[in-house]
Amino acid sequence: MATDVKLGETPDNPLVEGLERLPVHPTTLVIFGATGDLARRKLLPAIYNLAHEGALPERFNLVGSSRSEMDHEEFAAQAAEAIRQFSRREPDETVLKGLLASVRYVGGTFDEDSVYEQLATHLDAYDAEAGQPLNRAFYLSTAPEFFPVIIGQLGKHELNRHEHAEVRAIIEKPFGTTLAEAKALNRHVLSVFKERQLFRIDHYLGKETVQNVMAFRFANGLFEPVWNRNYIDRVEITAAEDLSIGTRAGYYDHAGALRDLVQNHMLQLLCNVAMEPPVHFEADEIRDEKVKVLRSVIKPTEATVDDIAVRAQYTAGTVGGEDVRGYLEEDGVPADSNTETYAAIRLEIDNWRWAGVPFYLRTGKSLARKVTEIAITLKPVPHLAFAQDGSVGVRPNQLILTMQPNEGVSLSLGAKIPGTRMRIRPVNMEFLYGTSFMSQSPEAYERLILDAMRGDATLFTRNDEVEAQWEICDPIVSKWEATPGPLPTYEAGTQGPAEASRLLEHGAEWRAI
Amino acid sequence: MATIDTVWRARDTKPGDIDAALRASLSQIHRENAGYVPARVLNLICVVDKEYSGEIANRLRRVGRYHPSRTIVCSVDPKRTTLDAVATISAPSEVGQGQIGLLRETIVVECGTRHLKHLDRIVDPLVVTDLLTCVWAPHGHGDGVDSLLDIAQIVLLDSVDEPDPADAIRRGLQLSEKVYVVDLAWLRSTPWRERIAATFDPDQLRPELRTISSVTIRHHPDSAAAALLLIGWLASRLDWQTSPLMAHRGLVLEGSAHARRQDIKIRLEPDPTLMVRGLAGLTLETAAGRSFSLDRGPGGLRARYHNKRGAEREWTILGASRGESGILGEGIRQALLRDGTYTPALKAAATLLF
Repeated sequence: MATDVKLGETPDNPLVEGLERLPVHPTTLVIFGATGDLARRKLLPAIYNLAHEGALPERFNLVGSSRSEMDHEEFAAQAAEAIRQFSRREPDETVLKGLLASVRYVGGTFDEDSVYEQLATHLDAYDAEAGQPLNRAFYLSTAPEFFPVIIGQLGKHELNRHEHAEVRAIIEKPFGTTLAEAKALNRHVLSVFKERQLFRIDHYLGKETVQNVMAFRFANGLFEPVWNRNYIDRVEITAAEDLSIGTRAGYYDHAGALRDLVQNHMLQLLCNVAMEPPVHFEADEIRDEKVKVLRSVIKPTEATVDDIAVRAQYTAGTVGGEDVRGYLEEDGVPADSNTETYAAIRLEIDNWRWAGVPFYLRTGKSLARKVTEIAITLKPVPHLAFAQDGSVGVRPNQLILTMQPNEGVSLSLGAKIPGTRMRIRPVNMEFLYGTSFMSQSPEAYERLILDAMRGDATLFTRNDEVEAQWEICDPIVSKWEATPGPLPTYEAGTQGPAEASRLLEHGAEWRAI
Repeated sequence: MATIDTVWRARDTKPGDIDAALRASLSQIHRENAGYVPARVLNLICVVDKEYSGEIANRLRRVGRYHPSRTIVCSVDPKRTTLDAVATISAPSEVGQGQIGLLRETIVVECGTRHLKHLDRIVDPLVVTDLLTCVWAPHGHGDGVDSLLDIAQIVLLDSVDEPDPADAIRRGLQLSEKVYVVDLAWLRSTPWRERIAATFDPDQLRPELRTISSVTIRHHPDSAAAALLLIGWLASRLDWQTSPLMAHRGLVLEGSAHARRQDIKIRLEPDPTLMVRGLAGLTLETAAGRSFSLDRGPGGLRARYHNKRGAEREWTILGASRGESGILGEGIRQALLRDGTYTPALKAAATLLF
């Protein structure tokens, strides 16, 4: 087991073998936007749950920063309340008290020098108390317009580096709202931090269900031989929600369905389906493969947008027996809003594996059902030896990877209907993850915060990946923003707009939501 | 969560009849509501004394989400000559539209001591084929466990259950040759192993792993086996040459191991103040005069550090206690994983005893 170590080389740590949780170096985590909704609902409960499980680094400190003025004790009390309200498990009060015992809070606007001077004082004090330089992680959980301000200030106050320790910046989505913005933000961020210090969050990547797509593809020899243009007819990726925009009009009316889900989450799912197997399951190798897929997607142009993309808004209807207002009647939505609540696009990947296979992506609010799934339809059999009289029909096999509500895999097959005649109907072979795994999936943010503190960027988006995503979506966004409404509509609680069917090729139909 | 139980029972029955009854019940429940589907994760065979079977049932109820999908309890009544059985299928009382409700099966087979030698013939028809099967016998019944080793892939045990740690290590080694062993005493030490690994993980401290000069482990008086496993883990991971420890001043075990550059003093000492089984604390010293200690404390492990210049620091490493039911749940979860460091630790622990 022991290996000889060359001069100047750090030997491996033989004690980590066999441990499920790899060590995370002592870290101070600073949350900008610490009193905001994301911090209260997700980040603080995630940090508590990591503490509960003993998964935080052995030395861990937390600093909150936001515009509200309050002292350390008030922030600790607010954080404790948020954790009690939103944690996935009831907190152990001793652990909770220990977690928040030395928490610090810095109030002020993010462009104020004094905020960063106070931060530096607290960070240095934590280092002095530990007797060692602690790693530092800055979590930007603020409105996106503050990202450049905070990054700039961290650089100005030299908080972007720390001798003998790592400094990391975790940046929430959205990373830009156009290609130009994403590029400008990348340039700015990379002028202060190195790419290896940056962790751009797409919390979808932290979901077990999304990671399972890769496990499904690359741990099973059965599917890979047919995973190509020779056998696959089309791929449909659906992220449908039955809820309306609720109280999110302020955000949603500026974003719309394409920016909210397609540009990030759904393109990640597309990458997971279409990427080549990486040689190793390592951050850059996986991200290299994803970027290759995104670069192979035929980019929409102003001339092609109308052919490959459909947008729509929901009108009043009924969802699950409840009456729902139309989008334009929602509180906070301008009566002449041009924002889409439904987006469907058809993409093609111009590479050896996928040339000619359409990838359909659709998402929307106030649809018939909440479902996220990838449906892979295989090509029909070339010849049927038996007549189909009296059969429901021989349909092409479909492989469905469901992310929610019931995570699982289902394969549709043609089977003989019992009787004297050869009649066929489709049946489903189903596997539900919930029946085979005992453990509760950790919240995506628990995994992502831990990975970021450990420096593992596998589940984070790289700069070229973000830009490649925007290169696909930007022409559509630009064309839609430049084209006045009214938009096509669909009644809330239905399958979406009739116009979506014009995207489909060769008489195909959308899978029912 | 409220559950509805479907119960089938029979006296003087046969395994085939129990299996047929379970299949029929599962099929009936699924026909009534397609949302009900059987969990298919792990078979757990428990061999228990009849008089303590209620206590074991309570322990299993408290493991929470790490519940096996099919539990077969062989409840041993010494004088019994026939088999009685109760099969229960538990389902959540409500399953929402589009949701699934997981069914879990528990079969209690009342058997006698005479059945233990060939317990596999009773249990084999009852396990779900193609699922991993784990055996747990908290009240001994070694002959019953041995008879099941051909149908089981995992044995769950707790080395601190054995009064003599040498017997515990010996039994662990014997079982490890045939099946994968999940030892609850080993799992209790996970937070300790994680923290030792983390302490030496920073680049500047990692070379000091090779300069550890002394290890003291404090343990519950009945948990010497846990301390032996922990020192065995260090020895196996760090290539220490070990030899038997000497009993000293009552229950203290002392001795030394040899690394490439220096000897390591080893001391395992009982802590009578510790009220729960497992480890109470440990102290590692290095040749450079640094000392790291970990001790149980409220809300986590209390860490202490000092160096030869007199610098001292103390802090708490946060973590909630898992409790004994949490440990058992973790044991069931670990039955589906593989930790390649346990057996080498066990072998090294054996060299500290014989």
